[in-house]
Amino acid sequence: MSQLLSLLGVFGLLSILAVGGGTAILPEMKHLTVTRLGWVTADQFVEIYSLGQMAPGPNMLMVSVIGYRVAGYLGALAALVGFFLPACLLTLGASRLWVHFAGSPWREAVQRGLAPVAIGLMAAGVIAIAKVATRDAATIALAAVVTVVLLWRHVNPALLILAAGVLGLLVLRG
Amino acid sequence: MSESPPPPRVSLRAIFRTFLLIGATSFGGGVVAYLREMLVENRRWLDDEEFLSALEISQTLPGLNATNMSIIVGDKLRRVPGALAAFFGMVLPGTLVVMVLGILYGQHSHNAWVAGALDGVAAAAVGLLLAVTVQIARKELHGVVDVVIVLVTCLAVSELHVPLYIALLVIGPVAIWLYRPRAAARRGDR
Repeated sequence: MSQLLSLLGVFGLLSILAVGGGTAILPEMKHLTVTRLGWVTADQFVEIYSLGQMAPGPNMLMVSVIGYRVAGYLGALAALVGFFLPACLLTLGASRLWVHFAGSPWREAVQRGLAPVAIGLMAAGVIAIAKVATRDAATIALAAVVTVVLLWRHVNPALLILAAGVLGLLVLRG
Repeated sequence: MSESPPPPRVSLRAIFRTFLLIGATSFGGGVVAYLREMLVENRRWLDDEEFLSALEISQTLPGLNATNMSIIVGDKLRRVPGALAAFFGMVLPGTLVVMVLGILYGQHSHNAWVAGALDGVAAAAVGLLLAVTVQIARKELHGVVDVVIVLVTCLAVSELHVPLYIALLVIGPVAIWLYRPRAAARRGDR
């Protein structure tokens, strides 16, 4: 029971802090679930994140897998409810309010001001995953190639993810 | 003679099915492109301007872009029931798939092939996240002030390990203050 409550609490807190989307809260999520609560190891965290990349839809749905490892199916449900309920209620309320402020200069200020904050948080999220996922020459090279290809051409990212999985299976094993 | 007929009321089932399709087919984090294709081009539930304004809101508010968009668009079409239909459509396929993968992973995580494949995906994910961040930065950052805010935020969270809520509560208001209406207007005058 207390595990379910802490899943609700941890993911609920993370979701309302997610200015800049899922990537922005990766460092805090890793810190809480790995260092503070010991729910998963750093390697497991990144591997579970990779599972999210392989599933369709938002990759943050992987919080259900963390919940499942902590407390089975109920744990998965608690993680999902925690992660989505507060943020969705907030969005529903705030987006209706937002419409009322159309044309307000402060609305513009909030948008302009928070954009670089969100990008800074996203960059920190990339670093948090990179610290674990790219620790040798092969994985660094793979990440670099994917970055360059995506910035250079309009390629479906799913194809690159799939190719990297196959490559990893053949080359990075053991 | 008469005004054009009002747009037909979109059924909850149509909302659910449309977002289910988006949720089942959007891979690799590029949900925005799939959303635009489906909502603007295909279903014509929104025009480009409405889509961009919904996107602005969902990017500024906390939460995932994909689910925020489903809530906002669903709410616009059919209020709260529409928001629920869109949200569940968006997350259902991915949740089922990731749970199956998670259970399989739990049983085979010590398998060298599985670990190798996941290491490859993780490395590619770093590349994908980096590319997305660079693309958004190129579009949204406009000057030295923006770059300084990005660096301060990133360093605070990544290197100084400042808790996220403190970083947001301190840097957020300062950033908004830097772009406060009066300052922006004054800058415009010169």
